[in-house]
Amino acid sequence: MEYFVQQLINGIALGSIYGLVAIGYTMVYGIIGMINFAHGDVFMVGAFLALIAFLALIAIGITAIPLALFLVLLIAMVLTALYGWAVEQLAYRPLRGSLRLAPLISAIGMSIVLQNYVQLAQGARVKPLPPLIPGGFTIIDRGGFIVQLSYVQIIIVVTTLTLMFIFSWLVAKTRLGRDMRACEQDLKMASLVGVDTDRTISLTFVIGAALAAVAGIMYLLYYGVIDFFIGFIAGVKAFTAAVLGGIGSLPGAMIGGLLIGLIETFWSAYFSVQYKDVAAFSILIVVLIFMPTGILGRPEVEKV
Amino acid sequence: MTAPQESESAPSRSRIDIAGALKDAVVAALVAFGLFSLMLGLLSQGGPRGALTVTTRPGLLFSAVAVVFVGRLLVALIARNHLTLDFRRFFPAGLGHVSEILERYAGAALMLFALATPLLFYSNRYLLDLGILVLTYVMLGWGLNIVVGLAGLLDLGYVAFYAVGAYSYALLAQYFGLSFWICLPLAGILAAFWGILLGFPVLRLRGDYLAIVTLAFGEIIKMVLVNWASFTGGPNGIPGVPRPSFFGIPFTDTPQGFAATFGLEFTPTHRVVFLYYVILALALLTNFVTIRLRRLPIGRAWEALREDEIACRSLGINTTNTKLTAFAIGAMFGGFAGSFFATRQGFISPESFVFMESALVLAIVVLGGMGSQLGVAVAALAMIGGFEFFRQFEQFRMLVFGTAMVAIMVWRPRGLVATRTPSVFLKEKKIIPAVIIEEARQ
Repeated sequence: MEYFVQQLINGIALGSIYGLVAIGYTMVYGIIGMINFAHGDVFMVGAFLALIAFLALIAIGITAIPLALFLVLLIAMVLTALYGWAVEQLAYRPLRGSLRLAPLISAIGMSIVLQNYVQLAQGARVKPLPPLIPGGFTIIDRGGFIVQLSYVQIIIVVTTLTLMFIFSWLVAKTRLGRDMRACEQDLKMASLVGVDTDRTISLTFVIGAALAAVAGIMYLLYYGVIDFFIGFIAGVKAFTAAVLGGIGSLPGAMIGGLLIGLIETFWSAYFSVQYKDVAAFSILIVVLIFMPTGILGRPEVEKV
Repeated sequence: MTAPQESESAPSRSRIDIAGALKDAVVAALVAFGLFSLMLGLLSQGGPRGALTVTTRPGLLFSAVAVVFVGRLLVALIARNHLTLDFRRFFPAGLGHVSEILERYAGAALMLFALATPLLFYSNRYLLDLGILVLTYVMLGWGLNIVVGLAGLLDLGYVAFYAVGAYSYALLAQYFGLSFWICLPLAGILAAFWGILLGFPVLRLRGDYLAIVTLAFGEIIKMVLVNWASFTGGPNGIPGVPRPSFFGIPFTDTPQGFAATFGLEFTPTHRVVFLYYVILALALLTNFVTIRLRRLPIGRAWEALREDEIACRSLGINTTNTKLTAFAIGAMFGGFAGSFFATRQGFISPESFVFMESALVLAIVVLGGMGSQLGVAVAALAMIGGFEFFRQFEQFRMLVFGTAMVAIMVWRPRGLVATRTPSVFLKEKKIIPAVIIEEARQ
């Protein structure tokens, strides 16, 4: 029981990170119907920017953790958003309206570029960071087994929930959100009724990248070590989460992320650590057999 | 100096819009400064006491920003003054006859070149090995082309079948001592079975759902290979995979060897040349089968499926069987290529079957023009050959490779050979220009 609770907590924290990355995939997919393969690497860039920003802040003497964390969050979000914007401008915008596979290949190319750029710029070694926020609450302490809820986990879940609320409000209530929903329904029609589609698509990439940056910071805080290759596997998992939840659906991305996080954690806890990714992917395949559009995805309307 | 916006009809080069170009370049430089500020400007390194510290690199940062500034300035000067070098002019998509003739003779020329390569470069071991590598990717590209190019099913896990083929041969040779020539068809059949196995769950899925499931499948296969150490050797792989023999005659320096049997002086090159011709034959087999299949009902069903699945179903085509055969046949050729890979390397490990390989093969198919046999061959030559060409810039190689992928896609989004040749026609064979294909999709 205690073990179960502990794993549940770990799973939710991990799932929140996946969910944040998955939102980036699902938004871009919803609007321009393209798998943004480089998104996982944008997440990795976000984690690196956070790490460097943090070290730079320490170097110039800002060592108060809350202030430093806030500044790191700000810097990483802004700069990663800039990366998201630049990637869209360079690799995807020229390909808009062309065959469906062209942007996919371009995205894979961009993913290779980002990975190697970070590797060349910052070295191939893993980057460890000492735990910034140690400690936590002890929930259950029975018979030597301690169930702990660390402060980092609380921060992860609270930040994710906050961002989800802000983001849902943005999509549901603001002008930008309305434009985004219009573009999602019909890009051509939206541009005919006066929605600046290029701007909306750019902003979608910017927002997705900013959320990925937050996920990157969470990852850095949670695991305390990053390298230039974390983007690929996290990206694949997050994309799996987006598909599992029903691609194009925002709550779906979050649910999918949580599910993938929980499956992974429980599988490693009760069965085998080696096969945790196999379990996540197998469940994806099984879910898609019975629900071909994911958990919250709308059934595709077939037009003749 | 501002550019007067007068008559568009008289483009004079004297009124060059420098101010506008400068503005573009400044904006680009500012963006670049933002992008590079932390990544290039600072370096995080393990300090003397183990903890990470940062050191500044202003020189690197400013040179990178300067490169972006100058580059953007040049591009803006060209673009703003309509000095555009329109590459499409050199490769007209609409000129059917020219590209038809080109396609015919280019194919024949490439073919002759491929056949003559071992004779021309007999003494150059490096080039022969490179040739084998290129041909392996040509074959993989042609195999995947059946699934992606003809049937229009996006497969991101093709490397799984390559792995199945390679491990089939290696394991059969290790546990049962079977030879390459017996294992080759077996590996193909096994890979085809895996293709069907993957095909079943994804039958109802469309487009990108299919893509992620195939990707997941590829990863599952790789992880099983890594973790099932007692059977597959785990991350250490399988060493000592038997080398192929010349139909039973080994390539060794013994009286029974190839050289002695044919009265030649022994050199290791014999085996390399033999391997070269084996993969050339396998690749040509793939090509031949694909071309013939396209004329059969099943091939036409694939192409119909690619264009419109609903129309396909309403015309009475069994989409289940059509998809499964596409997966199975594509997988089979992947399996052949895999078992060739195992015998050439003599050693295999899961390291060789990562997602990057799938992405590379898919890139070859898409760059080649989705469905064009010649295009795939040219794309494989360009990608793998180009990758080797940059060998001297070891650490920048992947960066250049990724940039090239983006650049080629932006330059020619429809691939190198964008036209389509119909497999069935009434009176004369007309090449369908890419523009029409795209319009039909809308």
